[in-house]
Amino acid sequence: MATNNIERTAKQLVLTAQDYSLFAWRALMNLFSPPRYWPEYLVQSDIVGFGSASIVLLSGFFTGGVLALQSAATLSQFGATAVTGQFVSITMIRELGPVLTGIMVAGRNASSMASELGSMVVTEQIDAMRALGVDPMRKLVTPRIFACISMLFFLTIVADAFGILGGGFVTVFLNHQDGTQYFSKAWESLRYPDIIQGLVKPLFSGYIIASVGCFYGMRTTGGTQGVGRSTIQAVVNASVSIILVDFLVTRVLLALFPPL
Amino acid sequence: MSEPPASVQPDSVESSKGTAPAPDVRPVVVFRNVSIAFDDKPVLEDVSFSVAPGETRILLGPAGVGKSVLLKLVNGLLRPDQGSIQLFGQEIANMPEAQLFPMRTRTGMVFQEGALFDSLTVRDNVGYQLISERVPDDEIDARVHEALRFVELDDTFALYPASLSGGMRRRVAIARALIHQPELLLYDSPTGGLDPVTSTTIIELVMKERDVYRTPSLMVTHRLQDAFILCTHRFDEDQGCMVPLPQGVTNPDTTFLMLEEGRLIFDGSLHELLHTENKFVREFLE
Repeated sequence: MATNNIERTAKQLVLTAQDYSLFAWRALMNLFSPPRYWPEYLVQSDIVGFGSASIVLLSGFFTGGVLALQSAATLSQFGATAVTGQFVSITMIRELGPVLTGIMVAGRNASSMASELGSMVVTEQIDAMRALGVDPMRKLVTPRIFACISMLFFLTIVADAFGILGGGFVTVFLNHQDGTQYFSKAWESLRYPDIIQGLVKPLFSGYIIASVGCFYGMRTTGGTQGVGRSTIQAVVNASVSIILVDFLVTRVLLALFPPL
Repeated sequence: MSEPPASVQPDSVESSKGTAPAPDVRPVVVFRNVSIAFDDKPVLEDVSFSVAPGETRILLGPAGVGKSVLLKLVNGLLRPDQGSIQLFGQEIANMPEAQLFPMRTRTGMVFQEGALFDSLTVRDNVGYQLISERVPDDEIDARVHEALRFVELDDTFALYPASLSGGMRRRVAIARALIHQPELLLYDSPTGGLDPVTSTTIIELVMKERDVYRTPSLMVTHRLQDAFILCTHRFDEDQGCMVPLPQGVTNPDTTFLMLEEGRLIFDGSLHELLHTENKFVREFLE
């Protein structure tokens, strides 16, 4: 009995992975052939980009602040509080900015995509769209993926900027250190590979958020309960995948651009 | 039960025949030995039937026997595990999804609960297909008004589906299905869950489409009274409403299919339905 359960679960996992791969590949390939729904892309960009700006801005600001608080306490033991700016900017730009932004946007948008598409599935709106001769993959999924990739890129820049600002705020007003020193160190220590690393990651995260959110939304079954289930699965799987892919991308980029 | 009515051509149908060139008699839909299962549980088994041009087929059966699944197989929303499905003479059982989209635009489908897009106005719902085809706005407005007049809901043009009653939503769904002048209509329980008065209004619209435009259709229902009204009435364009056919006369182009646990157990006219010896059909009718 237990063996049967393990076998069934394993098969289910493999099948889900296969379905997701085909789904994500098809959604991506739709970018390169007509018809393209640009108005849908703009609407989704507004929802993902402008709609998530406030949470990204706040989480970036306070994360930068916490980094400055924590690092100053440790660095002071070595008389190295002057490098707080360097520590905050490199950590925010290379790692925390992209990952935190990805997870915040996943929490907000992967869930909304899964629940919106899931509701459309259970009320037969997706079938109605197909019956009217419109491909829901092109009309609903591809614009969301394209919007999420492009908006996450800019949101990460916003998070990085506000993270450094937050660190600066804490450095000047709570740690009572020199602001000019903080910002000049933050700027001087940055290298192009740091920026490339920070801006490549959101491209992957954006793709993961939208494709996972839409995938679970489009395979919703079981009425309103099913919509809730899809929403949870979308957020959990998108968040875990972002961290996993972040690890892999970091490993590859560190190999390509070794630290000095 | 009263004496079964004879299958006689009603006046409105007779007038369409005569010296006109021979119509295309190839079936619009052909099912041959179609089977489908979900999670290893058979839903339809070895189903075969056809829909001829101008024919209205009423699919009867209790809830959960696979009526809606059968309807979704007709326009390729679902794929059969076995068998052949021909739509407008083309085999669609294994047709790629991309090729099915243009085929589906030739059909109109009314879903069980209407399946209107919540975030769009009635205008955008009804004109959805035209908007997708980038038809000019003026033409979309004119055609949406025309479709809404057909279902007598012209005043809902700018409203959202949430502000419509259940019956109005079904009528808007019918308008959406009709706007592209489909060559086949699929109705999935269009009167399910509606009060008798609203149900009659919906059936009158189905009849109007059948008798005025002669569009072939496949209608799923479990309400016998709706099916019998369709057989025993015709739509009078002059009066703008349905009128009963003379005593003993039924519409010969309106015929019945019946499913029992995924198997097609009846295919025939109203007369044959009322005189069948099949125990399940008799129990269903009673």
